[in-house]
Amino acid sequence: MNIEVLLFYIFGSLALVSGGLVVSARNPMHSILFLVLVFCNSAGLLLLLETEFLAMLFLIVYVGAIAILFLFVVMMLNIRVTELKESILRYIPIGGLVLIIFFIEVISILNGDLVPFFSVSNLSLANKAFLYQPDLSLIVWSNNIAPVTNIEAIGELLFTYYFYAFLMASLILLVAMIGAILLTMRKQYNVRRQEVFDQTFNNFNTSVRLVK
Amino acid sequence: MLFQIISWILQILIIVVPVIAAVAFFTLAERKILASIQRRRGPAVVGIWGIAQAGADGVKLLIKETILPSNANIIIFVLAPIIGFLLSILGWAVIPFGEGLVLSDLNVGMLYLFAVSSLGVYGVVCSGWASNSKYAFLGALRSTAQMVSYEVSIGLIMINVLLCVGSLNLSDIVLAQESIWFVFPLFPVFFMFFISALAETNRAPFDLPEAEAELVAGFNVEYSAMGFALFFLGEYTNILIMCALLSIMFLGGWLPLIDIFPLSWIPGPFWFGLKMAFFCFAFIWVRASYPRYRYDQLMRLGWKVLLPLSLAWVLLTAGILVAFDWCPVL
Repeated sequence: MNIEVLLFYIFGSLALVSGGLVVSARNPMHSILFLVLVFCNSAGLLLLLETEFLAMLFLIVYVGAIAILFLFVVMMLNIRVTELKESILRYIPIGGLVLIIFFIEVISILNGDLVPFFSVSNLSLANKAFLYQPDLSLIVWSNNIAPVTNIEAIGELLFTYYFYAFLMASLILLVAMIGAILLTMRKQYNVRRQEVFDQTFNNFNTSVRLVK
Repeated sequence: MLFQIISWILQILIIVVPVIAAVAFFTLAERKILASIQRRRGPAVVGIWGIAQAGADGVKLLIKETILPSNANIIIFVLAPIIGFLLSILGWAVIPFGEGLVLSDLNVGMLYLFAVSSLGVYGVVCSGWASNSKYAFLGALRSTAQMVSYEVSIGLIMINVLLCVGSLNLSDIVLAQESIWFVFPLFPVFFMFFISALAETNRAPFDLPEAEAELVAGFNVEYSAMGFALFFLGEYTNILIMCALLSIMFLGGWLPLIDIFPLSWIPGPFWFGLKMAFFCFAFIWVRASYPRYRYDQLMRLGWKVLLPLSLAWVLLTAGILVAFDWCPVL
């Protein structure tokens, strides 16, 4: 069995199991740590798809920032460990409906035309000869002529043809930031703050005086 | 197939074993250099001039009793120092020691290092929470917030260097400095990165979350023996990675000082080690020289001073490169 297929099965099954454990763990901290596991396995799946830039971005943004945000919220808000008082049968009607809808969506995306007859291999001819792989596969010739890194490919498209999307995304983030500040900042009139500029530029000659 | 696996394991061991030995001697060097700055001698009893002190410390920590606090989440409690140490060692996979002497020549090497340091926060936060102690929890939260804040400015400063290089590959970053090291055109950026690296590794003068006198040593208060040893090892390995990153990004990695006859015969890894040693000395020097920052001053420095400065410097670098058409093509 190909190592990539094996890794796909490992990452995929770990991601699914962790995803299931996120919603069924009793302790909310465990939920978040399982969510981190889901993100890491998704990053592994992205690596198998040869999008290493996206995989690293997943780790940096999702695991390194968003999951830490969740951790802070869970730790500081003192969420109690919930007891599973209700039976799981209560969730079957609506949950089953959502399940059927998702299933139909996934099946409608699968298209027999997209599955190639032979596997696509991105190895160079020399590597294939070294690893004794038969040359029945589809060779992606553009990778042999002008290899382009992931970042270059994304950059060439994102900043030229889709720059509206890029600017819109940054404006949405700006609005979210302003919204968070607006909602939580209250003008406090009798709070004494540190005035660092005044502290560091205080003149010694006028601040201390010897009284005899 | 078996031969390949053995070769991989040997390559990994050739990197990991000297790194751990370097960490052990770095702890000794820190104590000796701090002592010299303070006009005393440091550990001088154990070996000749105290060389075996690190070994003695290691043995002591190994044979100590491991205490598991009651009501603590045992799995996360045990996993946290393991994650911390594992992630620090993982960062060494992309560091180039010489021309082609790198375990994994990733094309996104810089992003990999950034991701590893982002993930390193989890060791701290899990240990603080799982210790089931108020002081450990507060220390962990403080340390986490500090690391996350200074990671932002580290990322922006990395972008400065990457703009001048044109690639995220660490070997390419070193090779782009063959004409001039980046410390000369990007000197203020170098200083900002040094300060951010000090804060990212919880190192003095930014070590409020883990100093012994503050909050009873912070997030590792409940750890004895091997857990504490793993945290210690992880922190010092992080420091070594930051020193390696500093020398790769600004001081030219394994390139010699001047590429003329006597200096260019000395092998690249020796130059890399020399530059790293200089930065390790600078880390220890700064620890001995400056008083500790209070926590609100620390956070103010990260968000109100370093972040705007590094952002502005990214715009300046990008502007200059685009205006004079000096953008690198790789």
